[in-house]
Amino acid sequence: MADLTTDFLGISSPNPFWLASAPPTDKEYNVRRAFEAGWGGVVWKTLGAEGPPVVNVNGPRYGAIYGADRRLLGLNNIELITDRPLETNLEEMARVKADYPDRALIASIMVPCEEAAWKTILPRVAETGADGIELNFGCPHGMSERGMGSAVGQVPEYIEMVTRWCKQYYDRPVIVKLTPNITDIRKPAVAAKNGGADAVSLINTINSITSVNLDTMSPEPSIDGKGSHGGYCGPAVKPIAMSMVSEIARNPETHGLPISGIGGITTWRDAAEFISLGCGNVQVCTAAMTYGFRIVEEMKTGLSQWMDEKGYRTINDFAGRAVPNVTDWQYLNLNYIAKAKIDQGQCIKCGRCYAACEDTSHQAISISDDRTFEVIDEECVACNLCVDVCPVEGCISMVEMQPGEVDPRTGAVVEAEYANWTTHPNNPMAKAAE
Amino acid sequence: MAHGQTAPGIVSGRLSSDEIAQNFSDLHPAYEPHEAAVAADRCYFCYDAPCQVACPTDIDIPMFIRQIQAGNPEGAAQTILNQNILGGMCARVCPTETLCEEACVRETAEGKPVEIGRLQRYATDTVMAAGIHPFERAAPTGKSVAVVGAGPAGLACAHRLAMLGHDVVIHEARGKSGGLNEFGIAAYKTTDNFAEAEVDWLLKIGGITIETGSALGQGITLDGLRESHDAVFLSIGLTGVNALRAAGEDKAGVRDAVEFIAELRQAGDLSALPVGRNVVVIGGGMTAVDAAVQSKLLGAENVTIAYRRDRDAMGASRFEQDLATSKGVKIMFNVQPVAVHGNGAAAEIELEYTSGSGGDLTGTGETVRLPADQVFKAIGQTLEGAPEGLALDGRKIAVTGPGRTSVAGIWAGGDCAAGGDDLTVTAVAEGRDAAMDIHASLSA
Ligand SMILES: Cc1cc2nc3c(=O)[nH]c(=O)nc-3n(C[C@H](O)[C@H](O)[C@H](O)COP(=O)(O)OP(=O)(O)OC[C@H]3O[C@@H](n4cnc5c(N)ncnc54)[C@H](O)[C@@H]3O)c2cc1C
Ligand SMILES: Cc1cc2nc3c(=O)[nH]c(=O)nc-3n(C[C@H](O)[C@H](O)[C@H](O)COP(=O)(O)O)c2cc1C
Ligand code: SF4
Ligand code: SF4
Ligand code: SF4
Repeated sequence: MADLTTDFLGISSPNPFWLASAPPTDKEYNVRRAFEAGWGGVVWKTLGAEGPPVVNVNGPRYGAIYGADRRLLGLNNIELITDRPLETNLEEMARVKADYPDRALIASIMVPCEEAAWKTILPRVAETGADGIELNFGCPHGMSERGMGSAVGQVPEYIEMVTRWCKQYYDRPVIVKLTPNITDIRKPAVAAKNGGADAVSLINTINSITSVNLDTMSPEPSIDGKGSHGGYCGPAVKPIAMSMVSEIARNPETHGLPISGIGGITTWRDAAEFISLGCGNVQVCTAAMTYGFRIVEEMKTGLSQWMDEKGYRTINDFAGRAVPNVTDWQYLNLNYIAKAKIDQGQCIKCGRCYAACEDTSHQAISISDDRTFEVIDEECVACNLCVDVCPVEGCISMVEMQPGEVDPRTGAVVEAEYANWTTHPNNPMAKAAE
Repeated sequence: MAHGQTAPGIVSGRLSSDEIAQNFSDLHPAYEPHEAAVAADRCYFCYDAPCQVACPTDIDIPMFIRQIQAGNPEGAAQTILNQNILGGMCARVCPTETLCEEACVRETAEGKPVEIGRLQRYATDTVMAAGIHPFERAAPTGKSVAVVGAGPAGLACAHRLAMLGHDVVIHEARGKSGGLNEFGIAAYKTTDNFAEAEVDWLLKIGGITIETGSALGQGITLDGLRESHDAVFLSIGLTGVNALRAAGEDKAGVRDAVEFIAELRQAGDLSALPVGRNVVVIGGGMTAVDAAVQSKLLGAENVTIAYRRDRDAMGASRFEQDLATSKGVKIMFNVQPVAVHGNGAAAEIELEYTSGSGGDLTGTGETVRLPADQVFKAIGQTLEGAPEGLALDGRKIAVTGPGRTSVAGIWAGGDCAAGGDDLTVTAVAEGRDAAMDIHASLSA
């Protein structure tokens, strides 16, 4: 059986599934129940400085995007960091950690961008026995307007500065949580590394308005007729998060920097994908908020089953395996030629492939009087749209042409050699092939 | 005076009013909004959708389902009603299992079609409940058209003509309009007096006058109608019934199924409606199933459908057959009636087994007797009272194209006209298409 134990920055946990800093990790009651349910670790709901805690709105704080049957695809929130006193949180963290020594417990922190503020809070966090800290540079609403959260995360110099203070005043691992609300995610990651961060975690939530109430003309969630952008998370953000993770994983400046992957992780498969893109573990928020803590059981058994099938014994056996295959467009092999192929036995004759290709692609699917749909190889550019819109999984496949065959679309012989845009004759900047 | 199911003879009150109310509740209850959303989400929005091709009125099904899915049931209703003004009734009574839903690609793929009928009902109920009639009359054309028969064909024709600006007078023999929607369709398919409500709603277009109790052939002649109107549309349905040709057919307790059903549909209190203890229905179509099922729902102890051919030849769909058996009706195949026995009133029916198919059906000589205090004949309706001078095609009025009869200026559609299945939806399609043809000829 696969061993799911993870060692992330020297912090060990029985599995790679941590709960992200958010409502699921808001208090002792939740975290104890999460650990009982089997979560490997938690990042405690973000702590603020000593003194009166922040206050949350007293109306709805979440908005949602649904798929079929009200399946929650995206969640948006305007919640702030913990609204409970620092002292209460610290006491609870210490108690929980003492009772669950084998689980990871990370303190998420967000205090003003002043050295004194960090210098004050860090020793108090250290006293709890927490395994490390995560710097919340990501929260996109409320806190950012007070010069914290993503307001810091969007300025690489601040990230580096604050990270450095933390490394100076705290002796356990420091994880920097990044905001996706930035054009180039590599910049803050490099800054975190330069500041001495042990790892980055990403993504925090994305600026979003989930819907507008067309009766009241207020964005949702609406507080007394007004709305504010919130932070978007859940399955819908996974592709964005994975792209950002991969950018950091393959950037030579940050390659090898440990990453805790976050964003839309809902099943074991999502987790496996993040880990293959270079993450050492993953964090989950929306999935737990949608289905409750029990989902971790599916994640653990699913991951374990898949690892067994693939012959991976430990998480490290496959972590980062997909990273070398993430490349720039210009390096993709232009001599790789495929054609869509419809399996008539599986086709249910809905005609979606036809509508898609005819109206918006390359007019490469024919329809006969008896509704047989066939790909016209002379026209097919292998764009994959028909595959994506076909309701029957596996009905249309992309069949790779073999070297020596003639592509009926171009009349050219398929070449065996790899050749990309950088050497393509149509590229004005093409370098002569060496 | 609860007689119970085993009381002999033809009596009322076999079940309590509550049981009867329960039995006659909606066969396919209306969707709640969430159910509709989930059902609508299953539609693939097919290209040149097979379901639409299978719909006799050619409703743009993928479009109306998408409109429901996008939270626009009013738009969905408009899409439906543009093609089929009785879309509300059709949503309830169409044998979708042999029409759109049979053709649905998800039926092919998983044996579970998109529930098009119930979605259609969801959309049409929405606008009808809101009292919206989403059509307006065009400017008056000064032309007038006579329609004979206020069933689905006549109503659909009248509505389309009225919408196009013509004045329409409908002559209806019965005291109430609606045709078989009102007098024929099973009660559990059209609950809460829907047929009448739908006619009232349809008439909101304006320009349609219905004269009930006014029958062609009784004071009104075709020539008279041709003189007083610019065109005539005949939609008189099939009001005759075939004879059984079995000994004892005239005994008390033997009657036409359609007559029983009409009485049932008009009954104010179903528990006051008498029904036999042992009911035998002769026939294999929808009428047979409806008579049998409703007898059972009224509390008959034993109900048997006796059909002379095999299951595959049966006019009622497999769904209808299963509905009947699930209610406790027994279906016997390959048997034909030879005699009704009894002393004045029916007590037993004698059936003979048959073999062969098509025209070669022959009795095997082997017979069986079933107790039968009530026998319903559901062996087909026939055209009755067709005006003289119109060419017939078989036993129906011959038509070409969109309902043109052999006489210029006279169109016909629905059950009384040759061609097409005898279904509500087909009647609507034929009425609508004839209206368009009449309009074209009046505008020429
Ligand atoms: C018991 C039964 C159940 C059925 N169930 C279904 C079902 O579930 N689904 C389905 O799709 N179809 C069903 N049908 C068939 C469907 O009802 C008919 O196909 C449809 O009603 C035909 O419409 P129509 O307008 O042609 O005729 P009808 O509905 O028969 O209307 C004809 C009208 O003309 C009137 N009329 C007749 N003669 C004259 C005259 N001389 N002068 C003036 N008026 C006249 C009649 O009174 C009647 O109102 C059923 C039929 C029966 C008998
Ligand atoms: C209601 C809510 C509150 C959150 N609060 C915090 C927070 O206090 N600190 C933090 O670092 N991230 C916070 N997050 C972000 C999550 O930790 C996580 O990064 C994000 O939701 C993406 O993961 P997911 O798609 O699994 O939800 C919050 C998210 C939600 C939904
Ligand atoms: S791959 Fe693209 S071009 Fe080829 S048939 Fe499919 S949709 Fe058309
Ligand atoms: S989309 Fe798929 S199932 Fe539909 S017609 Fe095309 S190949 Fe067949
Ligand atoms: S065939 Fe079925 S899936 Fe396709 S459009 Fe019609 S209802 Fe929708």
